Amino acid sequence: MTDPVDSPRRPEGSMEGLRRRVIEGWSLQPLLVPIYAIILSFIVGGVLIAIIGINPFEAYWALIRGMFGSWDRIAGSIARSVPFIGSALALAFAFRAGLFNIGAEGQLLVGGITAAWVGTWAFMADVPGIVAVPVIILAGAAGGFFWGGIPGVLRARTGAHEVISTIMLNSIALFMVRWIVNSRDPVILRDLDASVPRTTAIADSARLPELADSQPNLHAGLFVMIGLCIVVAFVLRRTTFGFETITVGTNPHAAHYAGISVNRIIILAMALSGSFAGVAAASEVAGTNSFFQPGTFAFIGFDGIAIALLARANPIAIIPASFLWGALLSGAPLMQAEAGVSIDVVRIIQSMVLLFVAADAIVRYLFRIRAEGGHHIEAAATGWVGS
Amino acid sequence: MTAPGGRLPRRLITDLGEGDLAPSRRFARRQIVGIIFGLVGIALIAAVAPNITSDNRSFAFEPPPDPLRFEFVPTTLVTVIGVVYLVCAVLSFLPERFDRLALSAQILSAGLAIPLILGVSLALSSAPETNVTNLLDESLVLATPIALGAMTGLWCERSGIINIGIEGMMLASAGVGYMTYAVLGSASSTGWLWVSILIAIVTGGLMASLHAVLSIRYQINQIVSGVVINLFALGLTGFLRSEVIVPSGHSKGTPTPEISIPLLKDIPILGETLFAGKPLHYLMYVVVFLTWLVMYRSAWGLRVRSCGENPHAAETLGINVITIRYQAVILGGFIAGLAGAWFSMESQSGFEDNMTNAAGFIALAAMIFGKWTPWGAFGGALLFGFARALGSRLQFLSVEVGDFGIPSEFFQSLPFLVTLVVVAGALGRAVAPAAEGQPFTPSK
Repeated sequence: MTDPVDSPRRPEGSMEGLRRRVIEGWSLQPLLVPIYAIILSFIVGGVLIAIIGINPFEAYWALIRGMFGSWDRIAGSIARSVPFIGSALALAFAFRAGLFNIGAEGQLLVGGITAAWVGTWAFMADVPGIVAVPVIILAGAAGGFFWGGIPGVLRARTGAHEVISTIMLNSIALFMVRWIVNSRDPVILRDLDASVPRTTAIADSARLPELADSQPNLHAGLFVMIGLCIVVAFVLRRTTFGFETITVGTNPHAAHYAGISVNRIIILAMALSGSFAGVAAASEVAGTNSFFQPGTFAFIGFDGIAIALLARANPIAIIPASFLWGALLSGAPLMQAEAGVSIDVVRIIQSMVLLFVAADAIVRYLFRIRAEGGHHIEAAATGWVGS
Repeated sequence: MTAPGGRLPRRLITDLGEGDLAPSRRFARRQIVGIIFGLVGIALIAAVAPNITSDNRSFAFEPPPDPLRFEFVPTTLVTVIGVVYLVCAVLSFLPERFDRLALSAQILSAGLAIPLILGVSLALSSAPETNVTNLLDESLVLATPIALGAMTGLWCERSGIINIGIEGMMLASAGVGYMTYAVLGSASSTGWLWVSILIAIVTGGLMASLHAVLSIRYQINQIVSGVVINLFALGLTGFLRSEVIVPSGHSKGTPTPEISIPLLKDIPILGETLFAGKPLHYLMYVVVFLTWLVMYRSAWGLRVRSCGENPHAAETLGINVITIRYQAVILGGFIAGLAGAWFSMESQSGFEDNMTNAAGFIALAAMIFGKWTPWGAFGGALLFGFARALGSRLQFLSVEVGDFGIPSEFFQSLPFLVTLVVVAGALGRAVAPAAEGQPFTPSK
């Protein structure tokens, strides 16, 4: 990436020289912008904390201990980020096809309720976990596939823009799921013995194994989600379907001329991205509570938008980006308890991270990083019609 | 629906290039809509009419003491509307030259859906009458933030900048505006109320300038920039609420006063609905009208539109695209600020986390529904407001089909269902401003 002849080297031993050696030696070049973006965001948050008269270092120390202070807290941070991987993946995959799927929120709900429903089927209690767990995960995927497929079909067949239809479907899903879980007359999936509205617990055999008893508990859904990211990355890079998807996302006209069925890709991409959200929801149902409660999924789809954009729609980069997101959210309560700083500071920091990563010109200017030819998400940037 | 002459080039592009991208179907959209109306008509006559009660029901049109009533027999109402739907279906299959006739029949049929839904729901509940004037009143009030948000979107998008940050702009203005009111005006002083509304408008403008700087100066992906705005507003207002508003001790206050126009308000039926209400609600009409006037009848408006369609051509004519885009986006932000003020100082006085509750996104839907035109977007907002008011009204009536009480959640999701159906069914492909979302670099 760097050309030693072209760039005059500073004398060894100076700070600049050290910085260059570290960066080049560890090939940190592509990570520079995100790292500096995070540092800058914390500075902005720190200023805000200082304005309300609290020592930002104390607050951040509490935040960091909340995130990584003990093994339990580390596990909790990871656990918190697991569902984000799925919702961000849903966004990222659709992005690659030139679609803006903001319906992960609804797809999570429908996937989750489907998984919770299938998990209570009588035969699930009699089969071993090796059968029951894949069944429940697939059930979640099917629910998300269906709910994500609706806007896909509408887009392909009637031209209804997916941004509108997914937002509408989010709200419809929320009310539908609320009815399924709340209704007493008739009882649909509600657990009548529970004090709060929730579904009856799924069969024990369908539960995902627990890895750590943290808050929230870390479960094997982590591996499911990471595996899914790897599969998606492979599909996008190495398969015909992935190539077609990216071609449609980059230039639907060219894709059409090349003989790709654009409508088929649109429907499949939306449905598949919905199924990723569904898998995330199923793994939460099977891994944490063993029952479904609509409130648990609030904002997970919404945050997925930001995470996917932070990761520039790269399926592998979603994993660290989700971790950053989950860890910040999981560490915030300690910051509130110890330093008295509102949790919402974390939201401000998150928005700043996204801002600085996206507007890398600001970061490059402040820290004098030279531009690199990284790929950007061009697909969804071109407008509502996506063509 | 043939394309009007002005759209011809677009049509050609569609024919040549999009092909597969354009919806492929056996029937024209008009005919599909006709078939649907026909099926509904048959269902109404054959299934609904015989089973519905034939006891009298009535719509009331004025406030309670002695309202004007329209009495009807549900069976007759359903049958008549069913017949109209069948006629509409037949008209839809006439040859192309009767296009206008078919279209008017379909619009009439769509309009009749309102008395149909209301009448059937009333027949299925135990209430003998329902007040239609109130319903219209509520619809108009609920349409206020949606219409304002749609105008925000319109100004941004017609200048070529995608704005999915309307939600965030509204939320931030609602929060900062109410904070000013609570801290400086103890949430009760009328003078400070107006100042706070002004502050809300300015906040909207500031959030919009952030969006403008990011997407015009730094040319970042405009959707990313919108998401940044939304996230930032969520964090900022949450922070302000817990650090400033709650400690101030004024979590609730006095909202904007009711105003009414003396003589006009006594006009029967419409008077109360149109000429008595709250100030920001009235301002909404003014904003919509001015948006149309400025956008379509002024030189500056033409410039804004040209920047959204073809910025390079606009530049050739000596228009400073960058400046125009900044102006349009920030103007949009001011309007979003007004919408934010409606949330925290007119519909109620107080601020709750995420109180805009996706209204910004719905405004976006209304704008696309209106095909990027002011009156169309206003229509979308009214439709949404009406669906919402109707939803809560029907919830209140407790409608039952046989023994099965229709769940309140269904009525709550009604506005979203209506929008989904309308956007997917009746409307066809909306055409966005051509240069939307594309960053512009001036040629030196």
